[in-house]
Amino acid sequence: MQTKNNTEFVHQHAGHCESGVASGLLRHHGFPITESMAFGLSSGLTFAYLPFIKLSGLPLIAYRSPPKSLIKGLSKPLDVAFQFETFTSPDKGQARLDELLAQGKVVGLQTSVYWLPYFPPEMRFHFNAHNLLVYGKDGNDYLISDPVFETPMRCATDDLNRSRFAKGVLAPKGLLYTLKTLPQQSQVNPIAINKAIAKTCRSMLAPVPIAGVRGMRLLAKKIEGLPNTAPSSAAFVGHLVRMQEEIGTGGAGFRFIYASFLQEAADCVGKKSYADAADQLIEIGDGWRALALTTARMIKAREPMDAKHLAHLLRKQADSEETFFKSLAKTV
Amino acid sequence: MDLVDVPQERNSTLDGQRKVVYAKDAQGRLCITASSGWEVEEIVTTQALDHLNQLSLQAKKDVKQGLVSPLAYWMHTQRMDEALLAQSSGFWRWQVRRHLLPKHFQQLSDEKLARYAQALGLSIQTLQSVPA
Repeated sequence: MQTKNNTEFVHQHAGHCESGVASGLLRHHGFPITESMAFGLSSGLTFAYLPFIKLSGLPLIAYRSPPKSLIKGLSKPLDVAFQFETFTSPDKGQARLDELLAQGKVVGLQTSVYWLPYFPPEMRFHFNAHNLLVYGKDGNDYLISDPVFETPMRCATDDLNRSRFAKGVLAPKGLLYTLKTLPQQSQVNPIAINKAIAKTCRSMLAPVPIAGVRGMRLLAKKIEGLPNTAPSSAAFVGHLVRMQEEIGTGGAGFRFIYASFLQEAADCVGKKSYADAADQLIEIGDGWRALALTTARMIKAREPMDAKHLAHLLRKQADSEETFFKSLAKTV
Repeated sequence: MDLVDVPQERNSTLDGQRKVVYAKDAQGRLCITASSGWEVEEIVTTQALDHLNQLSLQAKKDVKQGLVSPLAYWMHTQRMDEALLAQSSGFWRWQVRRHLLPKHFQQLSDEKLARYAQALGLSIQTLQSVPA
């Protein structure tokens, strides 16, 4: 394996933390890969509505596959190995991180956003599955490449320890990971791309009520039943928009990142149908942005809250995505 | 979304930071660009924060009326809820619920107070009262 020292690490701004970390680690080790390629190759795109998992009283709504799956999902298509380690105490976790940094490694961490002081105060929520890279230590400060920030950051040792060992849903338990083996190939394998696209189509069209387009329809049904006057209704639909736009998705709930992946896939596999699909997905993404805008206007009471209308817009998105993924599945 | 349509609305919630958005260039190719924010995002984040601030303000009032302990105020101020505070402090949820009442909170030993202080990232002294 080609070893490159962490002092040579180059920070890059990304749309999403986990795909940003995954592509950053690979790039550092000399394998050229964009964030969108990493995202698409690990079949990161999905939709899930889990009414039985509550975060501060609101259901889990996700536009991407579960935490860690973006990194783990790259192992097979790229034939690489990541090494994951968790720890029983902050002391042990810190010791191991310092050891790896001293060896010249770039290390990925799972952290809680709330305890990272460099985050804007208004973005600090108790969310435990934020990914970042550490590429060095300077005195008491860790040198951090957080993909969702434009420039490298610094974080004091105590703060980072606290963030790595935060408790609660998806507690990181100090999780750190490094790239153990490099990809054998010099560029992404076209067969792996086709497989990844087929997998995404399957998950979007899965015959389960809470996932993919069916999950969107289940959520639409729930929204339809919300009383227009209750403040809790505004909180519910606002939560949907937060998950779609605010939580680092590159816009339109990862639809734009995935469209970017499809454009790259078209070049790599030499299939024009993927490029056409990308154009369609950009349009679908614009539909998601329009839904977000209408919802925000209703929250601000610039137009009257109309849950039925929002449900209608969401169903339209589900219909478009169903048609889209069915035709994409045929071209793979 | 086209590159020229990428919102640059200087969201106060981003505190001067910029985030990545994917948008289409003139050739129809998606590329990475930095956005200073979209009002839509600011609206929904502020909505979530307002809800948390409301809980914190209400708890402060309740502390002054002797209905809840200062722990309730600090829990909400640190954006936690009972479940997270229980997990972070290592107490059971029913214990946390008891400690949110003034009567039980006053009887807490220093050792137990220290566990809450650690979980909330505050000093024991801060934990024992609410700001005016």
